[in-house]
Amino acid sequence: MPRRVVVAMSGGVDSSVAAALLQEQGYDVIGMMLRVWSEPGKEATNHCCTPESMAAARRVAARLGIPFYAVDAQNEFKDIVVDYFINGYAKGITPNPCLECNRQIRFSYLLDRAMNIGADYLATGHYARKAIADDGKYKLMRAVDPHKDQSYVLHVLNQGQLARSLFPVGEYTKTEIRDLAKKLDVQIAERPDSQDLCFLAGEDYRTFLDRNAPEMIAAGPIINQQGEEIGAHRGLAYYTIGQRKGLGVISTQPQYVIDKELSNNTLVVGPSESLGRDTLVATDVHWVSGIRPSCDFRAQVKTRYSASMSWASVIPLDDKHVQVDFDEHIRDITPGQAAVFYDSDDCIGGGIIT
Amino acid sequence: MMSNKKIYLDYAATTPVDKRVLDAMLPYFSEHFGNPSSVHTFGQRSEASVEDAREQVARVLDCSSQEIIFTSCGSESDNLALRGTALAMRQQNGSNHILISPTEHHAVSLTAEQLRLRFGFELEYLPVNGHGQVDPEDVEKRLRPDTAVVSIIYANNEIGTINPISEIGAICRGRRIPFHSDAVQAAAYLPVSVDALNVDMLSLGAHKFYGPKGIGALYLREGTPVLPMQTGGGQEFGLRAGTSNVPYIVGLASALVLAEQERDARCKHVQPLRDRIISRITDGIPDVKLTGQPLLRMPNHASFVFQGVDGNELLMMLDVEGFACSSGSACKTGDPEPSDVLLALGYPPQWALGSLRISLGTQTTSEDVDTFLDILPRTIKRNRQLVRVP
Repeated sequence: MPRRVVVAMSGGVDSSVAAALLQEQGYDVIGMMLRVWSEPGKEATNHCCTPESMAAARRVAARLGIPFYAVDAQNEFKDIVVDYFINGYAKGITPNPCLECNRQIRFSYLLDRAMNIGADYLATGHYARKAIADDGKYKLMRAVDPHKDQSYVLHVLNQGQLARSLFPVGEYTKTEIRDLAKKLDVQIAERPDSQDLCFLAGEDYRTFLDRNAPEMIAAGPIINQQGEEIGAHRGLAYYTIGQRKGLGVISTQPQYVIDKELSNNTLVVGPSESLGRDTLVATDVHWVSGIRPSCDFRAQVKTRYSASMSWASVIPLDDKHVQVDFDEHIRDITPGQAAVFYDSDDCIGGGIIT
Repeated sequence: MMSNKKIYLDYAATTPVDKRVLDAMLPYFSEHFGNPSSVHTFGQRSEASVEDAREQVARVLDCSSQEIIFTSCGSESDNLALRGTALAMRQQNGSNHILISPTEHHAVSLTAEQLRLRFGFELEYLPVNGHGQVDPEDVEKRLRPDTAVVSIIYANNEIGTINPISEIGAICRGRRIPFHSDAVQAAAYLPVSVDALNVDMLSLGAHKFYGPKGIGALYLREGTPVLPMQTGGGQEFGLRAGTSNVPYIVGLASALVLAEQERDARCKHVQPLRDRIISRITDGIPDVKLTGQPLLRMPNHASFVFQGVDGNELLMMLDVEGFACSSGSACKTGDPEPSDVLLALGYPPQWALGSLRISLGTQTTSEDVDTFLDILPRTIKRNRQLVRVP
């Protein structure tokens, strides 16, 4: 009996090739698409599951001759992911809701449904790799294509989730995936890669917050590091650490957002030299192996999805917290984003920057 | 595990085209391709086939062939009947009131809602009992001198309930108010003599009785006011313009004649299977209710609601197991809404979202039904165990 795998299909080239590759490898493949929450009226532009992308996924499934089902997760996505996003801004941080989506929706809610129809695995079109370590544990690894690597947003997966996950496209470069799409006859109109959040529907997150959490948007003062009021902000949630544009302050040198003081609704700006730091504490730390390292270790650390790797010493503080001491000054360390630790290609874990 | 044999239990959604029907249709694609409106012999050949088909349909419905309008589908028939008659009645005598049941197919209910919203008609919904049945007395009480049209579904697609069409029709006839019934589901198994049914209009769609998709008919009693909804050439007595779809018209007639000839045999085949499904499910699975009338229901139709079940996921699970069924709340795009019909019957959403419809057909075997009944209880159990955020 062939092993059964559910592929989370988006209608895009990566998950389509994932499905085709697994089918070629002899798996019994079933396609599923998560129907996640869209802001009422914005369903057509939600990046994950527009009617257009669903039609594309259906066409690919039909071409491969595999079943395809849409799975409703609208309420769950709203309650878990969208509220996490809104609450994060309310707390003054810059949240990364994709982490919660992967942890609680894609690799939990959807994984349950895949298992429920007898699947052995859930596969996605993520660029990442999975391997088995000498001790039998599952390892999460960076993709072969360093420019496409998505292990950052998968570092939240635990051993149980990894055991049942497959990332077939992580073994290839994007160019190879495009070639495979041709070869496997799953060519589809490629949409531009987007790092925007699906439920923002291509719009700025600020207009989303305006509509969905207007109560948190309160104007207040902008001060410099000397404490002098030099302007007014439109609401702290509109700004992110390291932001330069749109501050509306007049100064002899470019000013950047250095800090957001939630307690007195004040935005602190300063010159680029003031930006960044060489240490951080991360909370809600998750270890891919499930085991907290017993001592400090050297690692390369990513502080944003699109950031480059920086060498650091990682110091486990307790079950939830680590301190990360960078070798160099890191420019935009943003509370709410994840700090993710790598040992060469292995993703060891990560936590939320405080 | 995913079985290779797929068992189709969704004949109320559509049926395969009967081989005999297909054979009757085939000559009209490339061989006898003439336009029935043309003067030449090519046209005459096609016209004769269309008129033969009309005569065949008329014989099954017990009416004159002049009273049969071919349309593109059951929904179009419903649209023409409702909108065409409402507007014509208003023009003729100022009628402004429409009376329908709350368990109509959307082809009727959304047409009626449009007439209310965009054309200013007063739309009134009849009450129904817990099985979705209309009481003729309620119709009698609600008819008004300015009622333009009454529309009551013959047999409901979702819950299988059969309405007392003949009695309702007699009441409307007595008040000279046009009465339409959607018989799209019913025609596969129930008698469709329009005189016995006392209807002025009756909608049919061929693909529900082993005919092709994309062809329907409307019976329109002579003298019933109706405004054409599609204008153009003078086809279909000027009531439905557009070049006649000759092969499909032939197919509809052929399928309807077979349905009439084989009606008893088909009923005898499906009804015991349906009864076995109903008794095994209601006896063997906890927290389940049969929806619709237990006895006065389509002989091939069994429908249920299961408390705490996600109907959409149930269909997915059953499909993977090899069984094709349907649910009133399911939606291919993963956007489930409890069905209007089940809500109208008073089911709360946590029941209405867990609906399942099993509809049988000529190719359903006793073994199919038993295999299905063997896997259903544990599929329901697994579905109930799936965690959802409340």
